[in-house]
Amino acid sequence: MTKIPDPRMPTISQAVPVDPHQLPERAAALLDDGYRVALIAAHDDRLSGSPDGSSDGTGLRVVYLFTRGETLGRAESRIELQLRLDPAAPRLPSLARLSFPAGRFEREMHDLFGILVTDHPLPQRLVRHFHWPRGWHPMLSDAGAPPAFGDVEGPYPFRTVEGPGVYEIPVGPVHAGMIEPGHFRFSVVGETILNLKARLWFVHRGIEKLFQNRTPEHGVELAERVSGDTSVGHTLAFCQAVEDARSIQVSENVARRRAVLCELERLYNHVTDIGALCNDVAHSILNAHAQRIREQLLRINDQVTGHRLLRGAIRPGVTTLAALPDPTHLASLAGDIAEIAALALAHSVIRDRFTGTAVLTTQQAHDIGALGYVARASGLAVDARHDHPTHTARFVRAEPTTTAGDVLARFCARTDEITYSVAILTTLLAHLDGDLGTNQKANERVASASPSGTPRSGVGIVEGWRGTIVHRVELDGTDRLTRCKIVDPSFLNWPALPAALTDTIVPDFPLVNKSFNLSYAGNDL
Amino acid sequence: MSLLGTLGGTLQVAVIVGGSPLLLGVMRQVRARMEGRRGAGVGQPWRDLRKLAGKEAITPRGTTEMFRAAPVLLVAMTLVVVVVAPFVTTDSAIPQIADLFVVVALLAHATVVLALAGIDTGTAFGGMGASRETTILALVEPTVLVAIFALSVPVGSTNLSAIVGSSLAHPAQAIAPGSLLAAVALIVVIVAETGRLPVDNPATHLELTMVHEAMVLEYAGPDLALIELGSAMRLSVYLGLLANLFLPWGIATEVGVLALLGGVVAFAVKVAVLGAVLALVEVFLAKVRLFRVPELLAGSFLLALLAVTSSYVLA
Repeated sequence: MTKIPDPRMPTISQAVPVDPHQLPERAAALLDDGYRVALIAAHDDRLSGSPDGSSDGTGLRVVYLFTRGETLGRAESRIELQLRLDPAAPRLPSLARLSFPAGRFEREMHDLFGILVTDHPLPQRLVRHFHWPRGWHPMLSDAGAPPAFGDVEGPYPFRTVEGPGVYEIPVGPVHAGMIEPGHFRFSVVGETILNLKARLWFVHRGIEKLFQNRTPEHGVELAERVSGDTSVGHTLAFCQAVEDARSIQVSENVARRRAVLCELERLYNHVTDIGALCNDVAHSILNAHAQRIREQLLRINDQVTGHRLLRGAIRPGVTTLAALPDPTHLASLAGDIAEIAALALAHSVIRDRFTGTAVLTTQQAHDIGALGYVARASGLAVDARHDHPTHTARFVRAEPTTTAGDVLARFCARTDEITYSVAILTTLLAHLDGDLGTNQKANERVASASPSGTPRSGVGIVEGWRGTIVHRVELDGTDRLTRCKIVDPSFLNWPALPAALTDTIVPDFPLVNKSFNLSYAGNDL
Repeated sequence: MSLLGTLGGTLQVAVIVGGSPLLLGVMRQVRARMEGRRGAGVGQPWRDLRKLAGKEAITPRGTTEMFRAAPVLLVAMTLVVVVVAPFVTTDSAIPQIADLFVVVALLAHATVVLALAGIDTGTAFGGMGASRETTILALVEPTVLVAIFALSVPVGSTNLSAIVGSSLAHPAQAIAPGSLLAAVALIVVIVAETGRLPVDNPATHLELTMVHEAMVLEYAGPDLALIELGSAMRLSVYLGLLANLFLPWGIATEVGVLALLGGVVAFAVKVAVLGAVLALVEVFLAKVRLFRVPELLAGSFLLALLAVTSSYVLA
């Protein structure tokens, strides 16, 4: 019998310093060993010290976080490769040919820190806005306040598709409905999409920069607002990262309460999406009913935390609830939503619209590094609840029931998860046995961590409702945040949308987009 | 030009211009109630029109007279149909053009004008909407003409007043197989032509899925008010034609206050009931994939063809 380590033990992330020329070799070895690139973050150490204290206080540093999930008999593993760059000419070898997500992180670093990535196969700007002054890199410590819009860098080099009858449809960034801003450029022949390019980062708020110099306690309010519909996911990942840095071990019940909040967030968002998918094929009566159930879930959220979007309950080290949800009520709501889903799937026109629309193959999902229900609908079993567990209760991993990767599969992935979520909630609520975490003394003991005097870093990994969220924080000796790197699953999932859309027809795009339902705010940061 | 026809023409304009936004309101209200929502009320389309009419007129840069003329043309062409078709009275104000072919051509023309205006804006959406709308129009036209032919066979005339009069005289005609088949074919056509489910979703905000709405995306203010009014009138006209071609009872056949009042009430009730039924059925429908629309319309063409055949064989 294999021993499963107590997951509450702060994970010992191995930090390995590497030289730039060694990097591709080390990364390739890790990727071959089943690791994925979870996060790549650059740091400007010119004013603050680095966590291991070896910094000479000058220069840029890049951290590559590789993670591998827990499987039977093998504990989860997190490995950090740390790279120091020459401050005069910051250069990196590209990993884009080894890992597609790494290529995206590299383009992000280039835009925000001015780090040159040599040999990148697609070196176009990513985060960088059209109007940002040339040579201005906002994350550098000497970047200063955002300057006025400067000399325009020229239009984004959209790939032009040429041929008889090919035309372009530009959509957005301002849309007709209550949607976040994003610009989509379709190259179309007739009604068939040949190519789609999504330009995002219209809601780039510089939120990672806003974290700097805050205490972790004051960082929570930012983490709650990274993406409005994922406040639990991001707050939890942030708090776990802070606790990892402070070497705080939260109690089992705190971890359970957090898992309860996470599942409540998953429930109301999946219910919204199920209704919205029906609405996008103009079957709005099911949407009306899904909205009714969503409202009931939001009211449960309000009772549980005092906030309909579940804000204010999770803090570093503690999690306090106002009430626990009633499992029978949740089960009855899950029954209602199962009925809605069954009605939708029994409707021949809806089934026809869903089936075979915008297929993301397993291979594509794997190559792109897709996460969450998008990956599970394509047959990949990625789920941080099992890969990076935070509490001792183990649930049987819900194996993906399909590899189809179409809209139908993403719809069913949501309905399956609702059932699974309610089952988890029922177990967790029974384990909690009414413990709301309102014990003042215990909470104060955990919360009053004194500054250690040395810089530290920590990682938090959470399965938010969209997929795996990763935060990595660094604290200085006075316990203030020097860096918080946020990775929303949307950042990795966005490239999956154009891949799935090949040969889909234009009028199906809104449906497909909704089936992915990626966050703009979480991606743009 | 008979007195009855003149009175009818005048009444019809008043009833349809004033009532068609209310018809839309009724349909939206039925839908809202079916979905468990309160709804905005029957008068909301009128309130919207008043709001739009009070706004500044604005046209996109680079558009031509086509864009500016289209809303007026749409309403004008529909108004001609409203005046001449037998909705309230059997007689027509201008009997010469109360002909099925003329009426259908006028309604189709209005669509063509809107499609041209959509292309005139030069935007991707305008062109996309126009392309989809003309595709549907091209598939719908043959069905309409063949279905009408089926109706005119027993009467021996394509004059609307004659067809309505003949139905009144021979009620059994209304349930003849040819007539029923033609009715079903025309219902499908009406659904497609007025942009209702399952062909188009009138309530959507998703530009990429739109058919009718995509063409008129660039309109604002009073021009948009005209388009909205014109579209509502088209819906009333189509439903009115359907009602009176197949169920003409209640229509005024003589000059008299009671007869005319009865004609107005009967017409309003028939159209409102048809609209409510349409809205009711829509609740249970979903929008079909765009490439399935031709299959639907091909089906309706087949029905129209069967209608003609049965009119000949069984007559």
